[in-house]
Formats: sequence, C-alpha cells, structure tokens
Amino acid sequence: MPVTTSPRTLFDKIWDDHVVERLEDGTCILYIDRHLVHEVTSPQAFEGLRLSGRRVRRPDATVAVVDHNVPTSDRSKPIEEPQSRLQIETLEKNVAEFGIPYFPLRSASQGIVHVVGPEQGISLPGMTIVCGDSHTSTHGALGSLAFGIGTSEVEHVLATQTILQKPAKNMRVSVEGKVGPGVTAKDIMLAIIGRIGTAGGTGHVIEFAGSAIRDLDMAGRMTLCNMSIEAGARAGLVAPDETTVAYVKGRPFAPKGEAFEQACEYWRSLASDEGAYFDTEVTLAAEEIIPSVTWGTSPQDVLPIDGFVPSPSDVADPARAAQIQRALDYMGLEAGQKIAGTPVDVVFIGSCTNSRLEDLRAAADVVRGRHVAEGVRAMIVPGSGLVKHAAEAEGLDKVFLDAGFEWREAGCSMCLGMNPDRLTPGQRCASTSNRNFEGRQGPDGRTHLCSPAMAAAAAVTGRLCDVRELVKETV
Amino acid sequence: MDKFTELTAIAAPMPTENIDTDQIIPARFLKTIQRTGLGKNAFAAQRYDADGNEKPDFVLNQEPYRHAEILITYDNLGCGSSREHAPWALLDFGIRCVIAPSFADIFFNNCFKNGILPIPLPREICDELMDDARQGSNSRLTVDLERQVIVRPNGETIAFEVDPFRRHMLLEGLDDIGQTMAHDAEISSFEHRPVRAWVPSITIGTVK
Repeated sequence: MPVTTSPRTLFDKIWDDHVVERLEDGTCILYIDRHLVHEVTSPQAFEGLRLSGRRVRRPDATVAVVDHNVPTSDRSKPIEEPQSRLQIETLEKNVAEFGIPYFPLRSASQGIVHVVGPEQGISLPGMTIVCGDSHTSTHGALGSLAFGIGTSEVEHVLATQTILQKPAKNMRVSVEGKVGPGVTAKDIMLAIIGRIGTAGGTGHVIEFAGSAIRDLDMAGRMTLCNMSIEAGARAGLVAPDETTVAYVKGRPFAPKGEAFEQACEYWRSLASDEGAYFDTEVTLAAEEIIPSVTWGTSPQDVLPIDGFVPSPSDVADPARAAQIQRALDYMGLEAGQKIAGTPVDVVFIGSCTNSRLEDLRAAADVVRGRHVAEGVRAMIVPGSGLVKHAAEAEGLDKVFLDAGFEWREAGCSMCLGMNPDRLTPGQRCASTSNRNFEGRQGPDGRTHLCSPAMAAAAAVTGRLCDVRELVKETV
Repeated sequence: MDKFTELTAIAAPMPTENIDTDQIIPARFLKTIQRTGLGKNAFAAQRYDADGNEKPDFVLNQEPYRHAEILITYDNLGCGSSREHAPWALLDFGIRCVIAPSFADIFFNNCFKNGILPIPLPREICDELMDDARQGSNSRLTVDLERQVIVRPNGETIAFEVDPFRRHMLLEGLDDIGQTMAHDAEISSFEHRPVRAWVPSITIGTVK
C-alpha cells in the first residue's frame, strides 16, 4: 500500500487500497471487490472466456441478475420476444457453467442490478464495484468506487478480478444549505448537471458533499450518484457516515458481528481529509434549487419548472444553435414557451435512478386522493421485487391502483426501449429515469426527466407542473 | 483484435456535440449475443425512416461517406450508456478511427479495446479536418499511429497524443487480459492482505 502523508480524498483512499500494481506508464491494475453482471452486456464476455479457455477468477465476488430485457408484466408467462428470451437464457447458461451466484427472473429479490446490489448488502462502502452498465455509479452513494465498464472489460474482470485504469481527477460538488419543500435529490442532480454540463465531469470522479447532501437518505444519495455519468463523470461518491452505516447494517450480504464493526471502523476512515486537493470544485446553494424538468434531448437541458424553453437565438455558436433547434423540433416545443403546462401522454416512475421505496412514497404522497388525468398512461415500476413487496406492505400499491396507475413487476422497463415498455413515436413522457436522449424510451419518444413527485404531479394533472402547488393544496 | 498501424481512408463529418451511444446504436438492437452484425443499425434513427428506407440527408447514406472509415464529430462523443455495442456497431460499419475535441470516458476506453483509434484534437482542427472530408472521395486522411500524425490531403501533418500503453496494444493488436494474467502472483497476494478481511464472499447457494 502506498504510504502517503499528504491529505487524501475519499476517491484517493479507495483507489490506493485497491492498487495491485502500478505499471511503468502509471496505468494501475486495480482490484475489483464486486462484479455485477446482467444479461445485455455479458454474453460476448462469457463467450470470450470460453474461446480462450479461461475461467472466472472470483465467482464468489460476482453476482448476476436479469433486468434490462425482462417484461414488467405477469411473470408466470413465458417471455414473448425471442431475442430477449435468448439473452436471458444465455445468461442462465453462463452463470451455471461458470458457477456465478444469480437472482433469476422469478426470484422474489430480482430487480434492477443497481437497486439489488445495495439492497442486498452485496455493494458495500469502501469497495470497488463494476458492472457493464454506466449507471453503476449509483453504488457510489455507499462510499464505494463504482463505475460502468464495457463488455471487453467485463471479460477482463471475470478473468482477472482486476481492471486496468489510470487514476481519475478529483471533483467536489458541494451543495450547502437546506432544500425547500418539494425539492428532491433528483432536482439537486439535475441542477448540478445543468450547471456543469454533460461533459463537466469527464475524467473526474465527483464527490458530493455539503449539508444538503449529508441530509439526504440513502435512496436520495443513490439518485445523485446514479446520474454522475450524465455529468460525464467516471463515478460519483458520498462519504460513508452514520446514515450509510445504519443502511448497511443487517443487509443479507453485509458483514456481521465483529467483521461489521471492523468494516465500520474502516469505512469511517475513508472521508476526505481536511485540506485534500480537488482538481475542480463546484458549489451550489440548496435554497436556489427548485423542482426541475428537462426540456431537450440531453440531461443538461434542464429548466426549473417555472422556466422557459431556450431559443437558438440565445446562443452565439451556430453549432449549438442548430442543436437547440434540433432538440426543439424533436421534442415538439416552441422556443421561448413556458415549460409548465406542457401536456404529457405517459408518466413513468421507475428505473435505477428513482424506483426505491422512498421514491414510491414520494410519488404516493402526491397521488393520494387524486386520479390520473384522462388520456394519460401512468406506470409504476418498482426497482426490485423487495421494493414492490415493501410498498405493498405499506399499501402504496392501493394508492396507485386506485388512482389509475399501472403497478408493474421490477425491471429497467421504460428507461430504455429494450423490453415491451416503450413510448410510441411522438408520445411525451414525464419520466423519473436518467436519459432524455432521442429515441431512448422508444423511437421518436419525447422524454422529460423529473423527480418521482414531479412525475406524479404530471400524472394527476396531465401536464408538466410544479408539484409544490399540489402539495400546498393538501396542506 | 485487429492491429491498427496506418489508415488512409474517407472521413465522414458529423458536426454535432454529445453524440450519445443510444444514437450510435439504439437499445432495441442490443439483444444480440454476438459482437458482429450491428453495423447495419449504426445510427439507425438518423439513417432510416419508419419504413426502413435510407434518409438521403444523413451523411453516412451519402457517397462517398457510406465507405467512411474515419468519423469526425464535435465534443463529448460517445456519452451516455457504457454499451460496447457502440464501438462494435461503428467497427462493423467500417469505422476504424474517431476524431473529436473530446470523448466520454467509457466510450473512449471501449474504442481501444476494439481496435478503433479515438483521437482528441482541438475543435478548430476538427473543423479543418471536416472541411477536408467535405471535399469528396479524393480527399482522404491518413492516420499514422506509429508516427502519431494525421496527414491531410494537402500533405500537412497534424500531431496527436495517445497513451503509450494503448498505442502499443493497438499497434500489436494485443489482448490485455493475457497481459494482466501475467501478474497473477501480485493479484493473489493482494487478495490476502489483512485490510481486506471484512470483505465478504458470496456463496452460490445464498443467492436465490
């Protein structure tokens, strides 16, 4: 382990504790504690192992789950789509052949990989965690260094339990103060991405700090870290604190007894040292953040809900102006129009960004006593079987069903058009997911990213609107 | 992986920022269990209309760019999803080199793993290269990885930076798994460090 006396960041500490070897040019062989595997980005990696006669080095540090392809309807029926079925069957063959622990489709614990990992205590603070999925950054909420990798790297990790990487730069995003009512982790993150842009974090790991971050529960911190990739960052991190420890304690795969105490001591030592150097620092005032939505086709196209859609004439760079025009055309919006009041066709509450119990509670608080607006399709897709079960135990399913929402099975669902849950061309959706890219939720679908509370407000009014006005009524 | 040494080819100009990997290959095409065959659906939404006909205004549907092996874009190429299907789709289409002012990290990394050379160059140089590319089929760029230069059609050379380790891997067409496996002893000794005693193992019967 490198001995260093200078103050280190949270990222530096986790990194240093996982360097197996530093090669001549500074590339490090970095040890990976947890490798999460799903059906879409792994088949070619397992095939590569087979072709080269390699084994999985640490099946006991690897866990597989199906999530991207799975239908979120009745699980007793076979999967209709032949290619989806093949991909799932291929994963099942691979985990059996290589001896990898696996949550099958009909497991009560199946769900989105980034919900299942923390929920099961498979992902823990201080770990390095990878998965062939960019939203692996989610697990950074625990204070673990977690990042998405490509399929070649999935194969590399399966074979060697390591990855080749150079250290990232350190960025600290501090959000100080208290957020107002109706403002959630999603709004904080959209505000951050709006500020630094989708490439603002490129080459960096972002540590989220400040009193507004400390005040967030683990679900909120996961939302924040989840969308670090939408700011271009390699990973997001929140330092482990008592909120983290309380969350981890007692989870099925978390250490127990003596080992837990030893782990806690280590986790508490990971916080960035006073005076640690950050290459980039950004500070936001929590009070200035208001409920937000995206208007365009990049997550940086963020507007506060009382804002106005930009115009190509607002910018000097012709390439940027053309891009705004293209986004306006794609989204079916007029330059300069108010974003509030825009009618929606679909509301999607789910995805690895916002499908945890806390998210469903926030949506239910808005929905209770109201009904989905006429002509709107509104769906709730819990992040895992356990989230669904816990929500049902609280009666949230009834709140949603009574209001006219669909109450579905766990999976990635309409976050990306890989399973039957898709937008049809031209449909406009208020979505709690993470990407509003062209075609992301289905060809020619139009996505407005927002928080679960804001999506619920859109469902019951049929329009993008300020959730604070609805909550005011209830108070 | 195929070696990358020197490439003389047609370059396609795509003067757009933030080309995300969902654009390069939409999610509905990720259901394959193979690396090959994705080229026909590269940029599907921009390339084809709802009936599957080519849209004539899209650059890769035009001559000579349907034979392009180099792609030039604006900032933040490959942002979004980590899907390696994006470089697989580009490679299957025929692209061996991508040039942009900046790249998203995972995509940048994924390119190298598949024998595609990503070259970051300042925006004004990308603009010049796009102007070259617009001159048509006689206007080819040469990308020389050995010398780390791009040769413009007018003979002018533009130097570029590339990580020495990655350059070596591309020039030799090497698979990095084999390289890392040569460090097996160090990996094994790392696994037994006392600091790691709290890290639990996951046994197969416990996951249901």
